[in-house]
Formats: sequence, structure tokens, C-alpha cells
Amino acid sequence: MARTSAERSLRGRVAVIGIGETDYYRHGASPDPEFKLALKAILAACSDAGIDPRDVEGFASYGDDRSEASRVAAALGIHRLRSATMQWGGGGGGCCAAVANAAASIVAGLSDCVVVFRSLAQGQYGRFGQTTGIDTISGEKAYLMPYGVLAPPQRFAMRVQRYMHEHGVRQEALRAIALASYHHAQSNPRAIMHGKPLDVSKYDASRWIVEPFHLYDCCMENDGAAALVLVSEERAKEYRQKPVYVLGAAVGSGHRAGASPHNSPLYASASFDTVAPDLYRMARLGPSDVGVVQAYENFTGGVAMALAEHGFFKPEEANEFLTFENLIAPSARLPLNTSGGNLAECYMHGFELVLEAVRQVRGTSTSQAKRSDVAMVIGGPMVTPVSNLLLGSEATL
Amino acid sequence: MSDEASSTYLPQGLPIPVAEPDDLSAPYWAGLRQNRLLVQRCVRCRSWQFGPEWLCHHCHAFDPEWTEVEAHGRIFSWERVWHPSHAVLRQHGPYLAVLVELPHAGAVRMVGNLLGDPMQTVAIGDPVEGVFEHRLQTDPPYSLLQWRTG
Repeated sequence: MARTSAERSLRGRVAVIGIGETDYYRHGASPDPEFKLALKAILAACSDAGIDPRDVEGFASYGDDRSEASRVAAALGIHRLRSATMQWGGGGGGCCAAVANAAASIVAGLSDCVVVFRSLAQGQYGRFGQTTGIDTISGEKAYLMPYGVLAPPQRFAMRVQRYMHEHGVRQEALRAIALASYHHAQSNPRAIMHGKPLDVSKYDASRWIVEPFHLYDCCMENDGAAALVLVSEERAKEYRQKPVYVLGAAVGSGHRAGASPHNSPLYASASFDTVAPDLYRMARLGPSDVGVVQAYENFTGGVAMALAEHGFFKPEEANEFLTFENLIAPSARLPLNTSGGNLAECYMHGFELVLEAVRQVRGTSTSQAKRSDVAMVIGGPMVTPVSNLLLGSEATL
Repeated sequence: MSDEASSTYLPQGLPIPVAEPDDLSAPYWAGLRQNRLLVQRCVRCRSWQFGPEWLCHHCHAFDPEWTEVEAHGRIFSWERVWHPSHAVLRQHGPYLAVLVELPHAGAVRMVGNLLGDPMQTVAIGDPVEGVFEHRLQTDPPYSLLQWRTG
């Protein structure tokens, strides 16, 4: 049976039936080794779903997760392993792609129950923001690191600077994104920045990391793990929780986005120029259908670019759209990063954002959006490949 | 500190650029050592390409030719870095990195430092001239391409 491209879709074919995470820690503060964190998150997700972990048949991850699928499978004693997918490159840009890969393996009949997870203990294996201890360097980084363009803040600031220049985006727009994340974290007891509110004067007084990023424009560096359980739509209602369906997913980047160093034709971009339309096409939805968004904050500037590329506003409208009042739950124009996200909940490489989107559709967020039947996740702006995800309730199918 | 160390824009100890095991970028780094800026250009379709690749992205001819170009361009973007992401930068203070576009070489871009006062005003579009910075006392020795305004 031949299917056209338009007929081949993940829409409504798989559902998230369980989510789980470890306690989230500042880097270096986890009492558990990274692999143990992975196991704890996976067991928590299975427990949330009410399934026997031995019935899991596959694992999907991204960001070169060190908790390798076969070791996880052996540790958990699963009956058999039927899929093991690792998303290539792009770091946190893979947080939605890992879900897409798992969903695809279920829809294709390779496996029936897949756990998607990310485990990351930067305190044990090195902080993303530090680069000491490298003697020589080749490839893309050789054109950057000798000039002090070392870690992600320096690697992405010039993209954002160019974007702000091209479209007249002001620092206040970036600040609003940070304020929204911190605001939502104050309601979220899981959040590392719970009890540590941020206001305008604190943001403005904070040190520059690299212009145009203040300290609060940059993600944290953390230890923890997060996981979800995915099954086919046919089985979705057999479990404890209200199923949350994948409405769409997309992965990749546009023409020569990977031309290094800093030579992508569309430089001042979050890399969603082709990926956002793909997502909407699969989900058969548009920006106005989306009630709540979790957008990966490596840096606030990337969030601004990614939201524009997903059609929530034109780049020239960023200053008017990106205000604190427009971004907060329950009923602002576009509630954003309602768990606190990478800035204030935990930098679980974006996977905490996927879990939060599931909570929004379930109606169990600590900052519940009024419109939450359709929840979006945007993964890893400015890298390649990036990815995104639309989740929805049964009513949206 | 040696004279060389004090004449470099950033302190010694940052990662040293070396060619890949397959030597893809070796001509570029060797060129900088000789005060020459080399960029790939396709022999067949004349497209420019940087960073290097074994294939012309435009016409798929292999082995684009390394071509010497004048080291000048204009600022495409910039950043002023304050936070030290490496131990040798801890006492250094802010520094400037720029992304320079070379209009005469297919508008390829390259990253360097903008020499001079790190607090100077930087404007996108401003013309810059290349300055070769040699680091001959490191192991292995290497050279960088820096930039200064007009």
C-alpha cells in the first residue's frame, strides 16, 4: 500500500502515557551518578504510567547521552530490546527529535513501547560553559576557540546580535523571556530557582556574560534526568494517566545551516525556517491553535527568534509581543515556559520542557495555561538539527 | 611573559588550532603562518566556500582550490565577552569577537578578534583590515587572523 508524503504522519498515532524525573540539582550537587539518575527517571515515568518497566521495548535519546540503551535495557531487565535511537548532533536541539524518532519506531511497527529520556550530570562530566583542558582543536571549533569563542554563550551571541540589528529587537524583549521563566518557576517546587524570584532591576543589574546576554539570559548547568513513556494510540487508554497525543513533530534545518564556521546563509535565524512549516503541516494546525509553548532557552535571544519562526509574531513585532504580561500563565497571549524551563526549572537539556508540555495537556502544570489542549515544544534554537513537537489531548485528534 | 605573549590579543593557553587527521584545513592554517589568507574556490563553477569541505556545495566538483584573498572585509556581527569560559581568561577582562564578511570572496565569513580597546563602539557594516597574529613559541606553533577597524 503506497502512501503519499501527506498521508505519512505521526499525527494521533502515538501517545505519552507516563512522565518522570529525578530531583533537579545544581551542577555537582547530585548525590547520584548520572546513570543512576537515568534509571530513576525512567522508573518514575513507568510508575506514572502504571506499566511494568520490563515491558519497555526501546529507548530514544539525544545529545550523545552517555546512558547507553543496551546498558539501560540490561539494568532494567527488560524482556527484549526492539529499538535504540540516538539523534545526531545539535545538543538540546534533539529534545523533540528523540520523541519523534521513538514515535516513528512505534508507528513503523519496530516496537510498541519506547522510553525517551535524557540524563545529564554536568557536575560529573564537565560543565557546558567551561572549556579548560583542551590542548589542540580541529574542525569548526578551531576557527572559534582560539579567538575566545569557546562555549555556547560566545558561540550564539553573535547570531542574536545580528538578529537584533536586522529587526530592531531590544534588550527588553529578551528580558521579558527571562522574567516569564522565573515567574513560573516560583510556582514550581521542582524548579532550582523556586524561591529565587527575578525582577526587572535584578535583571538589569546582573553581569554581562557576553553582550547581548546578561546572566539571566543564559540557561543553567545542572544534574538530573527526565523520561517519558510512549505507546501506540491503540493502547493509549489502557494506562493510569490521561493520554497525551503527538500531533506533529519535525526535525532538521534549512539550506546549509551547518555551514561552519558561522557561514550558514540564513545566519540570523533559530534554524526553524523549514522545520516550523513541517510541524504545522503534519499537525494540520497553525500558530493560533497553540495554547501554550515551551521554547528551549539556551539563551533568551534564541527563544525570540524561534517564536517568530513559528509564526507567533513577525520579527519586527518582537518588542511589542515579548512583554512579561504577554507570556505568563494562565491567560496571557502566549504562556511561555510554564515550568521555568532551562533558565529556572532545570537545564535538563530541554527534556524538562517536553514533560511540561505533557503536564499542560493533562492539566497538571503548576502554572496551568487556560488554553492547553494544544501544547508546543521548541527544541534547541540556533543549532542544527533542531526539532519541535505539538502535543494534544484526545479532543484535538 | 615573552614579547610574543604580550603582543597577542588573548593570553596563551587557549586551544591551539590544528588540521583534522584528514588534513582538510591544513592549507588554511599553513597559509596564515605565511601571512596569506586562503579560501576555497571551485575550479569548475567558481563558487567560494569557507569553512573548507572536500566538495563544492554548489556544483559537486571535488577538491575546491585554495585561493589567496585579501584580508579585509566588513563586520557582519560582533560580541563583547565578559565571562571567562576558560581558566586563562579569568583575570583578563572583556574582549571583542567579530564575524567578518568578505564581499570580494563570495561573502564568506570568518570569526576573529577586533584589536584595540575592548570597550570601543562596534558597528555592524564597518570595514575592517586583517592582521596576522603569530604564535611561534607554542607547541605546535600557529597563526591567527585578527581584525582592526579602518
